[in-house]
Amino acid sequence: MTELAQDKMTTLREFMAEVRQKDYSESYLIAVLHKAQELFGYVPRQVMDEVAEILQIPTAHIWGVATFYHYFNLEPIGRHTISVCMGTACYVKGAKQILDVLKSELGVEVGKTTDDMLFTLQEARCLGACGIAPVMMIDDKIYGELDAKKTVDIINQYRKADSESRKV
Amino acid sequence: MSKMITITINGRDYKVEPNQTIMQAADKLGFKIPRLCYHPKLSIEGACRVCIVEVEGQRNFIASCSFPVSDGMKIKTNTHALRRARRDIVELIIDNHPMDCHTCDRDGNCELQRLAASMGIRARHFVGERKRYAEDLSSVAVIRNPEKCILCGRCVRMCSEIQQVHNLTQAHRGFKTVVMPAYDLPMAESVCTACGQCINVCPTAAFLEKNHTQELFEQLNNPDVVKVAQFAPSVRAAIGEAFGLPVGQNMEGQLVAALRKLGFDYVFDTQFGADLTIMEEANEFLERLQNKGTLPMITSCSSAWMKCLEQFYPDLIDNVSTCKSPMSMLGAMIKTYFAEKMGIDPKKIFSTAAMCCTAKKYEAQRPELMFDGMRGVDISVTTREIAWMIKSAGIDFVNIQPEKADEPLGLSSGAGAIFGATGGVMEAAIRTAYELYTGQTLVDIEVDAVRGLKGVKEGSLTMDGQEIRVAVAHGLGNACKLLEIVRQDPQRYHFIEIMGCPGGCIGGGGQPYAGVNAIPLDDEALKKRAQALYDLDRGKTIRRSHDNPDVQKLYKEFLQHPLSSVSHKYLHTHYQAKLPKGIIPKEAKRNEVTL
Repeated sequence: MTELAQDKMTTLREFMAEVRQKDYSESYLIAVLHKAQELFGYVPRQVMDEVAEILQIPTAHIWGVATFYHYFNLEPIGRHTISVCMGTACYVKGAKQILDVLKSELGVEVGKTTDDMLFTLQEARCLGACGIAPVMMIDDKIYGELDAKKTVDIINQYRKADSESRKV
Repeated sequence: MSKMITITINGRDYKVEPNQTIMQAADKLGFKIPRLCYHPKLSIEGACRVCIVEVEGQRNFIASCSFPVSDGMKIKTNTHALRRARRDIVELIIDNHPMDCHTCDRDGNCELQRLAASMGIRARHFVGERKRYAEDLSSVAVIRNPEKCILCGRCVRMCSEIQQVHNLTQAHRGFKTVVMPAYDLPMAESVCTACGQCINVCPTAAFLEKNHTQELFEQLNNPDVVKVAQFAPSVRAAIGEAFGLPVGQNMEGQLVAALRKLGFDYVFDTQFGADLTIMEEANEFLERLQNKGTLPMITSCSSAWMKCLEQFYPDLIDNVSTCKSPMSMLGAMIKTYFAEKMGIDPKKIFSTAAMCCTAKKYEAQRPELMFDGMRGVDISVTTREIAWMIKSAGIDFVNIQPEKADEPLGLSSGAGAIFGATGGVMEAAIRTAYELYTGQTLVDIEVDAVRGLKGVKEGSLTMDGQEIRVAVAHGLGNACKLLEIVRQDPQRYHFIEIMGCPGGCIGGGGQPYAGVNAIPLDDEALKKRAQALYDLDRGKTIRRSHDNPDVQKLYKEFLQHPLSSVSHKYLHTHYQAKLPKGIIPKEAKRNEVTL
C-alpha cells in the first residue's frame, strides 16, 4: 500500500475500533464498508480482509453484502462518476440513447472506468428529477433535458477542467 | 405439554401442538407438502415458495415452512389454484436450469427432477433467457457448478450454520445471484474444508465430488500395475442404500467381492489401518500424558478437520496428534510392508481408497503425507462413486456371494469398525490406552458416554487413580464450540476426538444421496448406519486394536514398536498454518455450550 493508502487505512481502523466497542458490532458492517468507500473510492479486497479480521466477520459474508448493494464499488473508480437515470420517465424520454452515446464517447460499458481514470459510468434508478428527464448525475450535480449533443458537451467540459487542473 | 389447538386441513379438524409451523404440523398428520429450500437441520430460508398453502383469511398463499399454526386455522394444501401456482414456481426454476437431466450426475437422484415429476410438469411453458456460468473445477475434492444451482441456499446454510466454515455466500442479487466463496475465489483457494456437506444437502448437481471413476477404470484395465483397494468402515454401512437396500445394512462381504470383480488384485480393510492408528495414537497420548506433552491431544483422522485446523485453528496445531489417518497409514503400509513382503515394486502399485468422504481426495494428494517420493493412496473415490462403478460394471451387488478381505492388511478388530461413528475413535483409543497404561483388562469396553448424536459429548475414566477427561465433537460447528472451551480452559480435557461431518464418517460428504422421501443427514438414518458398525464390533471376538494378531505381526516384522523411528517415517506427519485464514463469527461462539 502507498503511504496515502496507509493513512486511509489508519482512519478506517480507528473507525472500526469505535465500532468494536458497541454491542453486536458485526451489525455495523455496512457502515464500515461505507466508510471504506468514502476513504478509498471503492472497497478493495485487502480492506475487506482487514474488516473481516478486526470485526471477526467471515469474508464470504462481507463479500455477500458488498456485492448485494450496487452502491459499493469493488474496483477503483474514476475521478468523476456518471450515473444515467434509467427510471421510467427518463427511459421514455430516451435515457437508453443517452447511455449509448456515453458508452461510445467514453469507450466503456456500464460499471466500468475509462483508462485515464477520469470517468466511471453507471446506471441509476429514478433520481427524482423526472420533470427534466432524461437526466444524468455527474458526482452530485444533476444535468437534465439531455440530448446526444448536450451530453457530449458536458463530458468535454469535464475533460477540459480536468486537463487544466493538471497543468497547475 | 402445552395446550393443544385445533386446525383444519383440507376440511378435516385435527388437534395439534401449538408453537410449530404449518409444515411441521402437516408432516405429522401425513400431509407431505412439497418443498425445496427447507431442511430440518437448517434455519428457515423461505426462499423457494414451493411449500405454499392456502390459509383462510390470508390474502396470499403462505409459505408453510415459516408460518406458525394457530387455533382455528383453516388450511388447504391441494386446491386447484395452489397446484397451479406451485407448478408455475417449479416451472420458473426449471426455466432457468439447464435441461440436461440425462447427462447430469444427479440424474435419478435429483430433488428438482422428482419435484417436477410430482407437479406433473411435462412440458415447458416458459422459455427465456437462462443464466450461464462456468464450472469451478479447481478443487481436487468439491466442484461447484453455478449453472445447476437453484439458489435454495441449503449449501450456504449448511456451510455456515452446521459447519461454521462460512465459505459460501449468495453474492450479487436478483437474476445475477451466484453461490460462491468470498471474492469469487476458486474453491481450491478458499477456506473450503472439502467436507462435502454442500453436496449432501444440494437438491441438484450444483455441488459434486471431483469424479475419479474414469481414471480408476483406466487403471483397473492397466496390465502393468498391481491394483490394491481399501475401504472405510462407513462405506460398508451405507453403500447398500445406493442399491435400494434399507438404511443400516453392513455390506462388508459384498463390497470385498464386488471390488475383486471390478478388477482389484488385493482388497484390504481400512479398519486394519484404524487399528494401526489406535496403536500409534494411544501410545502418543500416553507419552504426552507421562512426559507432560501438549494436552489435550486432539485426533487427526478426519481430513476435513485437518484442513479446518490449518486455516481456522493454527494455534492448536501442537495439540493435534501427529498420526496420519487410517487411510493414509494403510496406504503407506501397502507400498512398503506389503510390497516388500510380496516382492512387488511399490511404484507399480496402484493404491485406491473407497471412502465415505470427499476430503480424502484432498488428503490423498497432500505432500505432507508422502514418503520415499510416493503417495500412499493414488486415488480416493467416494461411496457414491464406487457404487456407481459397481453398477456400471454390471455387478449384481445385492446378490453377490460375500468374501473376506485379503491378508496381511485385511483383518480388523471391533475397535477399528466403530471408527466410522462419532465417538468411535475415542472409544477405540480408550480400549487400548487403558490396558497399556494400567496393565489391566478393561471389562466394560462399550463407552456409552461418547456414543450417540449429541453435538458435544464428554466423559471421564480413571486409569490407575488418575482421572482422564475426554470430549467428542462431530460436525465442524460442534467442533468450534468445543475448541472455544479448549482455548479458554486448556486444562479441562486430556483427549478430544473431532470428526468433520455430522455423525462422524457415516455422515460423510461422499455417502449415498438420500432416496425418495428421505432427508439428507436424517438423524434416524445416521443412527442406523452407526448401529451397523456397533453391531459389527459386537460380533467380533477381537474388539481391541492391540489384540489384532496381524497388527502385532506388522510391528514384529516391520514397524518394531509404536512410535518407533520406522513408525514416525511412515505413519506420522506434521501440519502447518495455511491461508486464507478462516474466521468464525462471534455469534457462533456466543452460543454457550451446556454439557
